[in-house]
Amino acid sequence: MTPLLEISGLAKRFGKLTVIDDLSFTVAPGEALGVVGPNGAGKSTMLNLVNGVLRPDEGTIRFAGTDVTRIGADRRCRAGIGRSYQIPRPFGEMTVFGNALVGATLGAGLRGRHAHRAAFEALERTELMSLANSPAGALRLLDRKRLELARAMACGPRLILLDEIAGGLTDSELPTLVDTVRGLRDSGVAVIWIEHIVHALLAVVDRLMCLTYGTMLAIGDPQAVMRDPEVVTAYLGHTVERAS
Amino acid sequence: MNLVNAVVQGVLLGGLYALLAAGLSLIFGVMRLVNLAHGAFAVTAAYGSLTLVQHLGWHPLMTLAVVVPVFAAAGFGLQRGVLTRAATRGPLTPLLVTFGLAVIVESLLLTGFSADSRTLPTGQLSVASVRLTGTVSVGVLPLLTFAVGVVAVLGLQWFLFRTPAGRLMRATSDDREAARIVGADDRRVFATATAIALGLVAVAGVFIGMRGTFAPSSGAGVLLFAFETVVIGGLGSLWGTLAGGVLLGVAQLLGAAIDPAAGVLAGHVVFLVVLAVRPEGLFPKAVIA
Repeated sequence: MTPLLEISGLAKRFGKLTVIDDLSFTVAPGEALGVVGPNGAGKSTMLNLVNGVLRPDEGTIRFAGTDVTRIGADRRCRAGIGRSYQIPRPFGEMTVFGNALVGATLGAGLRGRHAHRAAFEALERTELMSLANSPAGALRLLDRKRLELARAMACGPRLILLDEIAGGLTDSELPTLVDTVRGLRDSGVAVIWIEHIVHALLAVVDRLMCLTYGTMLAIGDPQAVMRDPEVVTAYLGHTVERAS
Repeated sequence: MNLVNAVVQGVLLGGLYALLAAGLSLIFGVMRLVNLAHGAFAVTAAYGSLTLVQHLGWHPLMTLAVVVPVFAAAGFGLQRGVLTRAATRGPLTPLLVTFGLAVIVESLLLTGFSADSRTLPTGQLSVASVRLTGTVSVGVLPLLTFAVGVVAVLGLQWFLFRTPAGRLMRATSDDREAARIVGADDRRVFATATAIALGLVAVAGVFIGMRGTFAPSSGAGVLLFAFETVVIGGLGSLWGTLAGGVLLGVAQLLGAAIDPAAGVLAGHVVFLVVLAVRPEGLFPKAVIA
C-alpha cells in the first residue's frame, strides 16, 4: 500500500541548533503512529514541519502522493492534514460550535447545511454537543482539548496530528479522550500522536516512534520500542534518574 | 428650538462620521493596524468622483459604481503588496508606511488638481429637504448620508457575524496561526478586509464631497474626525463607531449652535473628555474578533 505521508531526509535548524536531523518515516492510510521522546527532542517541531507551520531546511514531505514541502499550512489543511495544539488555541470569542464551523467551512470546504452537519458531527464525536453554544474562551481544560480535537476533525482530515492532548488531564478524564482518538483511527483517519502519557498512547497506536535530539532512535511495534535498551536509557532512563 | 435642530442635524452628521470611521475600525479590529492614510484615501475618492462628474457628466452618486470597486481592488493590492510585509516588521512600520502614503497621495492630488477647494455638484439633491416640525427640517442629502452610514455599519456587523467569510475574518483576527492550520489563507483574509475598508472609505469620501468642500489637504482633518469617532466609540467596535459618530456630530453642531466658531472645538472637547474618563471608549466589549 502506498503511504499517506512520506517524510524523507527532513532537517530543521534554528540558528546553530539542529532540532530535526535527517528524519525519515512513513505513515500508512488509517494508521496510528505514536511519538515519544524527552522534552526538547523536536517532537512538536516535527508536527510543525508536517503541517507546514514551519518550512524544513532539507528533505521532502509527500502527502497522498503529492509533494507538499513548499506549500503553506492553510493549503495542507485543505489537502487533509489536521492539527491540534499542545496548548489549546480556540477562537475565544466564538462559540464552541462556531469554532468547529470554521474548520468545516475552511478546512473541509463545506457550505451551508453540509458544513453545519460536519461541525455537529465533530462535536458529537468529542462529546462537546452540550457545550455547543458556550463561548470557547470559557471552557475548562478537558473541553478545550476536546475542542482542539473537534476543530481539527471538522476539517475532514485524512491525517490528524495530535500534540499532547492528554497532558494535564486527570486519570478519570483520560479514557474518554483515548476512546475518541481510537474512534477517529477506526474511522480511517491516520494519526500521529505525541504523548508523554505512554499507557494512553499504547492503548491506541499501531506503531511507536522514539525521537531524541531530532533523530529517530527506534520505530516499530510499540511494545518492542518501549523495551528497546536505547529507548529505555534515552527516554525512560531520564525519568528514573529524576525520580530518584 | 435651535438646539433641537442642532441635535437632529448632529445625529445625521454622525452617520457620515460612522461611515467614514467604519473602514478605520475594521482595519484596526481585524489586523490591529492603524491606517494613517485613511483621510487621504477618502479625499482621493472625492477627487475620483469629481473627475468622472466633469468628464462624463455623471451624478456623484452614480460615480460610486466605479469609485468603490476601484478602491476595493486597490485596497486588496495595498494589503497584499505593502501592508502585509510592513506588518512583519513590528507595529511602528505600518504606521510609517501609511503616513508616507498619506503624504504621497496629498502631493499627487495637489499636482493633479491644484490646492483649490472643490465640491461635488449634486443638483436638486443639495436643496431638497423634509420638514419635520415648524422649525426643524432635514435635508434629503444628510438623511441619505445617515442612512448609508447606518446601513454600512449594520452590513459590516452582519457580514462579520452572520456569514462564513465574516466568521473566517474573525477567526483569523483572533489567532492567525490557528486559523491557518484550519485552512484559512490569512493573507487573503486580511487583503479582503482592507478591500472592504477602502470600499467603505470611498463611499465616505464621495459623501464628504457632496456635503461640503474638499481640497488635497483635507485628508488630515478627515482622518482626525474618523479617529475621534473610533476612539469615542471604542476601538474595533462597530456599534461603538456608530455611537461615536453620532456623539461627535451632535457635539460639533451643538457647539456651533452656541457659537458658530466653536463647533469643531466642542467635538474635540467631547473626544478629550471620553479619552480622560473612559479611555477604552463607549463600547469596548463589542470587539470584532
